[in-house]
Amino acid sequence: MRLTLKIWRQDGPDATGGFETYTVDDISEDMSFLEMLDELNENLQARGIEPVAFDSDCREGICGTCGLMISGLAHGPEVTTTCQLHMRSFSDGEEITIEPWRAHAFPVIRDLVVDRSAFDRIIQAGGFISVDTGAAPDAAATPVPKVQADRSFDTATCIGCGACVAACPNASAMLFLGAKVTHLGELPQGQAERNSRVVDMVAQHDHEGFGGCTNIGECAASCPKEIPLDVISQLNKDLRVAARARR
Amino acid sequence: MTELIDGLYREGEPIADSKAPDGPIETRWERHQFENALVNPANRRKLSVIIVGTGLAGASAGATLGEAGYHVKTFCYQDSPRRAHSIAAQGGINAAKNYKGDGDSVYRLFYDTVKGGDYRSRESNVYRLAEVSPNIIDQCVAQGVPFAREYGGLLDNRSFGGVQVQRTFYARGQTGQQLLIGAYQALERQIAKGTVEMFSRHEMLELVVIDGKARGIIARDMVTGEIETHLADAVVLASGGYGNVFFLSTNAMGCNVTAAWRAHRKGAYMANPCYTQIHPTCIPQHGDKQSKLTLMSESLRNDGRIWVPKNAEDCDKDPRDIPEEDRDYYLERIYPSFGNLVPRDIASRQAKNMCDEGRGVGPAIVEVGPDGEEREVRRGVYLDFASAIERMGRESVESKYGNLFDMYERITGENPYEVPMRIYPAVHYVMGGLWVDYDLESSIPGLYVTGEANFSDHGANRLGASALMQGLADGYFVLPNTIRDYLAKGPFEPVAEDAPEVEEARRSVTDRIEHFLTCDGERTVDSIHKELGSIMWEYCGMERTAEGLQKAIGLIRELKTEFWTNVKVLGSNDQLNQSLEKAGRVADFLELGELMCIDALHREESCGGHFRAESQTEEGEALRNDEDFSYVAAWEYATKGEDAAELEPVLHKEDLVYEFIEMKQRSYK
Ligand SMILES: Cc1cc2nc3c(=O)[nH]c(=O)nc-3n(C[C@H](O)[C@H](O)[C@H](O)COP(=O)(O)OP(=O)(O)OC[C@H]3O[C@@H](n4cnc5c(N)ncnc54)[C@H](O)[C@@H]3O)c2cc1C
Ligand code: SF4
Ligand code: FES
Repeated sequence: MRLTLKIWRQDGPDATGGFETYTVDDISEDMSFLEMLDELNENLQARGIEPVAFDSDCREGICGTCGLMISGLAHGPEVTTTCQLHMRSFSDGEEITIEPWRAHAFPVIRDLVVDRSAFDRIIQAGGFISVDTGAAPDAAATPVPKVQADRSFDTATCIGCGACVAACPNASAMLFLGAKVTHLGELPQGQAERNSRVVDMVAQHDHEGFGGCTNIGECAASCPKEIPLDVISQLNKDLRVAARARR
Repeated sequence: MTELIDGLYREGEPIADSKAPDGPIETRWERHQFENALVNPANRRKLSVIIVGTGLAGASAGATLGEAGYHVKTFCYQDSPRRAHSIAAQGGINAAKNYKGDGDSVYRLFYDTVKGGDYRSRESNVYRLAEVSPNIIDQCVAQGVPFAREYGGLLDNRSFGGVQVQRTFYARGQTGQQLLIGAYQALERQIAKGTVEMFSRHEMLELVVIDGKARGIIARDMVTGEIETHLADAVVLASGGYGNVFFLSTNAMGCNVTAAWRAHRKGAYMANPCYTQIHPTCIPQHGDKQSKLTLMSESLRNDGRIWVPKNAEDCDKDPRDIPEEDRDYYLERIYPSFGNLVPRDIASRQAKNMCDEGRGVGPAIVEVGPDGEEREVRRGVYLDFASAIERMGRESVESKYGNLFDMYERITGENPYEVPMRIYPAVHYVMGGLWVDYDLESSIPGLYVTGEANFSDHGANRLGASALMQGLADGYFVLPNTIRDYLAKGPFEPVAEDAPEVEEARRSVTDRIEHFLTCDGERTVDSIHKELGSIMWEYCGMERTAEGLQKAIGLIRELKTEFWTNVKVLGSNDQLNQSLEKAGRVADFLELGELMCIDALHREESCGGHFRAESQTEEGEALRNDEDFSYVAAWEYATKGEDAAELEPVLHKEDLVYEFIEMKQRSYK
């Protein structure tokens, strides 16, 4: 198929960006979206034009490196990551707009690449269980009921891609936060730090410049790992409990 | 040193000492830890360690050394340590817990790993790996890794390719992700405490060696292009595997050999570089614009049955219309006791054999055969769940494999609940890597290597679910207890930022960058990488011959010249420049590919993942030659002349002695 691509190009963090229009031919529907961009980049380089910078690594939907706004939708029209989107989701002749994640807390580095280090700093604030190497009891010593174990696992599958932030009109990262708080909070091992974790992570979230949550739900709708919206209710509940405990 | 052998390499002194302890195998590690010097807690803050790579092997080491109080700097090329390639591991992690009471033990895991590695690994190392494996599970559970559990709340296990006990712990099909998130969080905790300094989007491009010791690295800030010098008392490489030398592999796009190769050029030996693992259950290639291959966990082989049509005429039929009696469940037929669970190398080679025979399925792809003629071959075999669905019900199949089925459907557009999956082998893992002794120290003092980047533990073939085990064993339990013996001698003499060795290392980095940006040729980096990949896959892939390897060496040398004179890299150094990053990696892959072929050519036997067509049994099985080849091939970097156009490496042999396990010809019949 043949496609018209309107792509955001920006030379560096401080440069002003703008859209450029390119066309690609001979795209097969079995190609992934990023393979289509690889092909574009090969063509651009042949013409002496610098390739479009975009992030990806595993290309299996698990590392969370990739992430593009595709015609206004975070990761495009399917519930998946950009790297797992295939060209069969598009039709011949279509015009596709491609932009980076847009959020104050995710500044653009170049073209479609953004800086998501704010997520790491949120984890640093409390997204862990404090146990030094070698200090662990036998793994079988703490049974975890399957229901909790499954809920913990479901929320632990967050890949830190940032689509929830990009999709949210407030650029809030509450889904990402809620997923981590639920992952650790469902487990017996996570109880000791449960209160401080949620308070510290939320404080860091606000400090990074992410917006507040007004229950719009775009985050969960765009999340490639289908992290459920109710993790945000869980987070708010934990926050209330923690506030009471402090008093 | 000998004369040039086969016009390609020389043989040097054998490796005298691997520091592996002696005595009863059960007590070696404990004794060794005791004998290794301790570092007083007050001194640790004065000692600095650089860790390149924050996958399982690097993040776990970083967290543990940080907790101990050392001053740690960690580096990764991604934007966050959470994205390392370890995240993609699906199937699980082995540990000798024997929670299932099915006769597992440390000794059995040791035995299985040595046997699975086709008797080409070091006994002491493998025993230690099995010995610390239970601690890994304890550590991970304490960190909050949500392993699969049974209804009673206890941990669940499954069995995995090549073994008959259930010792594999898993987290649905996302075990690597969950383990890495655990290690990542432990690392972030240390970053918050200030014991670890993290440098994301930084690529190591050179090693700094002073007075024969590793003392630092030169790294490029991939956002600003700044070339930075980082100095320390010791350096650890945890930079992962180099499967991307084949261009198409299941590795992440950025996986590379650069960190390891730069160290190799500075004197670290590269061991068994030709030992490559080809994974049998990957999604077949869709066309020539493919950028990478996708693996599906081989746990699928527990319940799926592999077959091809008996008759070549049936190959383009709808598989559901092929009656039972016209199907060849070839693994069950050839290996009745292991069936679909034979080790990876056997499953892979048999799939290739079936397709070579003309009984492959899926789209026919044009390829150039060993005779140089173009031909059309179907490269795929069926992995069928119809009987599993009948036996267990669709729901159980879904709960066990749902995410893998979804992934398959997303990529191919076919529904595996209805139509059998198509699979084909792909490069997946490298057993080869930098040579290390029992302490995980390379041949450069003060340079340690962990995880997939080193060669230890897996011999010529790795068992499923053992790489995650090794990465975490190295990082959490082994390295922290061996590197202290070295650090106890420090802090070492401070190094000046303008020391001649530092300046030389920086110059080598900037010269290379300058060359790429001004070469102004015709070829893109990717086009050269693809060409290298197809040479490697054809001649140094699943089946290797002396003739093919010799040809490949010639082709790679020509391609190297083409690369250095005709590559085109646009843009500049002072900004994010992904073509520039790739150019550096491909430059090193080209040299590595040459060494892999030399190694494969010199090893005139088949073992594990290395299959030499000249060395097979009458039934077409790999035939080892223990008399002549039971050694580790550790290669020292050397070139013909100054300009590195041709390698002329020096081979150092480390003899493998089996005191506990009797060497047998592997048989899975
Ligand atoms: C698809 C897939 C599935 C797998 N499934 C399993 C499984 O089920 N069980 C199992 O046991 N094993 C599995 N494996 C193998 C296993 O995942 C890997 O061998 C293991 O995770 C490697 O870990 P590592 O820490 O050594 O390296 P990696 O996780 O690859 O980490 C390498 C690190 O080095 C950094 N790095 C690399 N080069 C540089 C440089 N030049 N400068 C700076 N940083 C650098 C990277 O940024 C990264 O942080 C699988 C592998 C693949 C490909
Ligand atoms: S919650 Fe979903 S969208 Fe947000 S970072 Fe995690 S995986 Fe991505
Ligand atoms: S590249 Fe890893 S999730 Fe897309």
